[in-house]
Amino acid sequence: MDTLLHFKNIKKSFSGNVVLDGVDFKIQPGQIVALAGENGAGKSTLMNILFGMNVIAETGGYEGEIIFEGKSVKVQSPLDAMELGIGMVHQEFMLLPGFTVARNIKLNRENLIPSLISRITPKSYQMLDNPQIIKEAAGALGRLGMEINPEVTVDKLPVGHMQFVEIAREIDKSNLKLLVLDEPTAVLTESEAERFLKCIRKVADAGIAVIFISHRLDEVIQLADSVVILRDGQMVFDEKTENTDKHQIAELMVGRKLEAESLMNVNRSFEEDIILEIKHLRVNMPGERSRDVSLKVRRGEILGIGGLAGHGKTSISNGIFGMYPARGSVHYKGRPLSFGKIGEALNQGMAFVSEDRKGVGLLLNESIALNMVYTDMKVNRRFLKKYGFFSQFDKKSAREVVEQMIQELDIRCTGPDQIVGRLSGGNQQKVCMARALITKPELLFVSEPTRGIDIGAKQLLLNYLVKINKEQGITIVVTSSELNELRTICDRIAIIGSGVVQGILAPDAPNVDFALLMSGEKGGNT
Amino acid sequence: MMVLLKNLGKSFGFPRLIILAFLGLLILMMFVLHIPVPLTLSQCLVRIGINLVLALAMVPGIMAGTGMNFALPLGIECGLLAGMISLQYNMKGIGGIFAAMAISIPFSILAGWAYSQLVNRVKGSEMMVSTYIGFSMVALMCIGWLVLPFSNASIVWPIGDGLRTTITLEEWYDRALNQLFAFRIFGVDIPVGLILVIGGFCLIVWLFMRSHLGLMMKAAGANPNFARSNGVKVDSMRTIATILSTVLGGIGIIIYAQGFGFYQLYNAPLMMAFPAIAAVLIGGATPSRISIFHVILGTIMFQSMLAIATPVANSLIPEGNLSEVVRTIVSNGIILYALSRMQGGKRS
Repeated sequence: MDTLLHFKNIKKSFSGNVVLDGVDFKIQPGQIVALAGENGAGKSTLMNILFGMNVIAETGGYEGEIIFEGKSVKVQSPLDAMELGIGMVHQEFMLLPGFTVARNIKLNRENLIPSLISRITPKSYQMLDNPQIIKEAAGALGRLGMEINPEVTVDKLPVGHMQFVEIAREIDKSNLKLLVLDEPTAVLTESEAERFLKCIRKVADAGIAVIFISHRLDEVIQLADSVVILRDGQMVFDEKTENTDKHQIAELMVGRKLEAESLMNVNRSFEEDIILEIKHLRVNMPGERSRDVSLKVRRGEILGIGGLAGHGKTSISNGIFGMYPARGSVHYKGRPLSFGKIGEALNQGMAFVSEDRKGVGLLLNESIALNMVYTDMKVNRRFLKKYGFFSQFDKKSAREVVEQMIQELDIRCTGPDQIVGRLSGGNQQKVCMARALITKPELLFVSEPTRGIDIGAKQLLLNYLVKINKEQGITIVVTSSELNELRTICDRIAIIGSGVVQGILAPDAPNVDFALLMSGEKGGNT
Repeated sequence: MMVLLKNLGKSFGFPRLIILAFLGLLILMMFVLHIPVPLTLSQCLVRIGINLVLALAMVPGIMAGTGMNFALPLGIECGLLAGMISLQYNMKGIGGIFAAMAISIPFSILAGWAYSQLVNRVKGSEMMVSTYIGFSMVALMCIGWLVLPFSNASIVWPIGDGLRTTITLEEWYDRALNQLFAFRIFGVDIPVGLILVIGGFCLIVWLFMRSHLGLMMKAAGANPNFARSNGVKVDSMRTIATILSTVLGGIGIIIYAQGFGFYQLYNAPLMMAFPAIAAVLIGGATPSRISIFHVILGTIMFQSMLAIATPVANSLIPEGNLSEVVRTIVSNGIILYALSRMQGGKRS
């Protein structure tokens, strides 16, 4: 069989940060290749390269070669990819809700019939051939084995059916040779997913190659002919599915070498002094919903919260700090916390470093000094000179604390008056951290402390977290997508999957256990 | 030279440079056309003084993120109502002015609170909604001036019902603040009392900006999510800001009226938000960032330009009201320019 697509030694870096390093694999027509890997392993970058997305060209292009049907191709835009016969179904639906199923399937490729005007004007004035559109759309749906009325508008369809409409749209393109599916089953129920997989098989049997991106390992094993695993931009595995199993895939996905000495907090023992108890917390945070989280945090420990993106791990701290509507119960030091009230958690002596540094964590147009002391000023009314019931910001006393913090966290800046927006990501993150610490919290929530910052700052921040935990006895809850980072500093790691706690592991637990919890294999009820 | 100009333009703001150049030209014309300089300068000072508090009313709204308060006429109507009450009971002199201010405050708080409830429901399009709130309030009060039970013969129509459209203040407190401690130097009248009072208001607002509440408000405006994550109730901040702005509008119109010598009712407040907004925009404020310096500089530039443009235009073209045309073009042009540079509540 001829090779349809060959990724030949693809390399890509974003401003010095290598995200793809020598990815090299082939796809045959009619073959289903599963592409697996953690968040940030480079899957979406690879697909962006394949589709010629703007981000790639804007950040300096890529190295290596893409060979499609024996010819080296340079895809400049998604339109090029479409002309080559490459289609994609995204995780989020890309459908027009008010249009009928048929019109969605044939969008921009409608069958046209000449109208009176179009004889003398450009083609755009031709009329739609509705019966033909409906017929062909029904045909495409039929090939998938789906019976959906093509004349219904998409907003009236059940969510599960929308994914099928997207597939039908792709296979209706007569030149389709390769179909890319990006976590297509994430929104489907189990029975729908089952049906969906059958439908993909049908597509492949018709001679169309499929790249299937999924975190659900069961599906991967069931569906794919071969599996490619990316880890930190490197291709670590390319094998036929029958030669492997779930555990091996899971292990390879997360399995970086992890030296025992890099784990800082293995086997510390704690009394059962529960500082925070979360029961059945349900947080409605868009894109990160949690459904039923129950967790206990012991005084003095560093608890990690890990899990894949979109499964609700970041919603926990956001819910407790009242950023998103939440239900359930939270007890802080044995007393119930009314977390729906804004600022209540802060008043009780907790602090929060948000995962959204620029959107939530900082006042970008204000000085480092004001950013750092802001929370303490609001919550504990420090750094203020009081005149009766009138108060004034006390720049002098703020300056002392801020300068000390700048030194302690090694923030590279021109001084406390520098505008925060001009700092680098790492230094901004340090400012956020300083803001939380100046309030002298007993319990500190830190979300994604190292997202998008350089290695030096990363190491410093992680060490600093451990230091304040040990020296000042601050209990810390770290939420992070980087499992290794959690394993380095945490005493225990809770893995969140599908909005519930899948399990709690020690940092030195085997890779495969983490991977299985993340993909929801244990106790997950998706 | 070009580079220097460019840098200057960047740091000082291009529109400000144009206005300054235009102002310079006007001053030159003033000498060329032999317009009496001391008299014009005196008028400049008064205009700046009486308009400053109205411009100051823009500060709280911008701080809290509700943008320019186009609903300034709301506060103005409250001030006018208080003014009418002070006239009804014959409160005279400096005391009368301050009494009117004091009376206006409860009205402004009430109106500002009601208006803020609306502002908090239309996040993102506050400025457009507030423009129409201002217009509607003026229309509503047109009825109010007719039906409210004022009875002092000097302020109601001699025949029929309702208040007069223009009420001269000679009997009460015409220019009382302007003339307080006033002196003349080189033929220029310095309205010391007026300067003291507006200076006081600037100081109060400046202190407020640096207070606990002010800083909370600033965060709510600059980044609502940041504010929320720090336990600041964003909607309350917006409510307080709207009330403060309305109160300043009410006080502002009383200072304006005493310096101008008239209370103007009915349709007069309709467009009064626009010069105030144009002034702070010229001063360098944006719909999301403002300082007292912007307010003062902007009011000085905008009002002196108008004050000088009037006699210059009148002596160039004696007939017609060219000065009014110039004023309209400049103030609306500035607002248009500044608003076109922002996108969805944020400056590009």
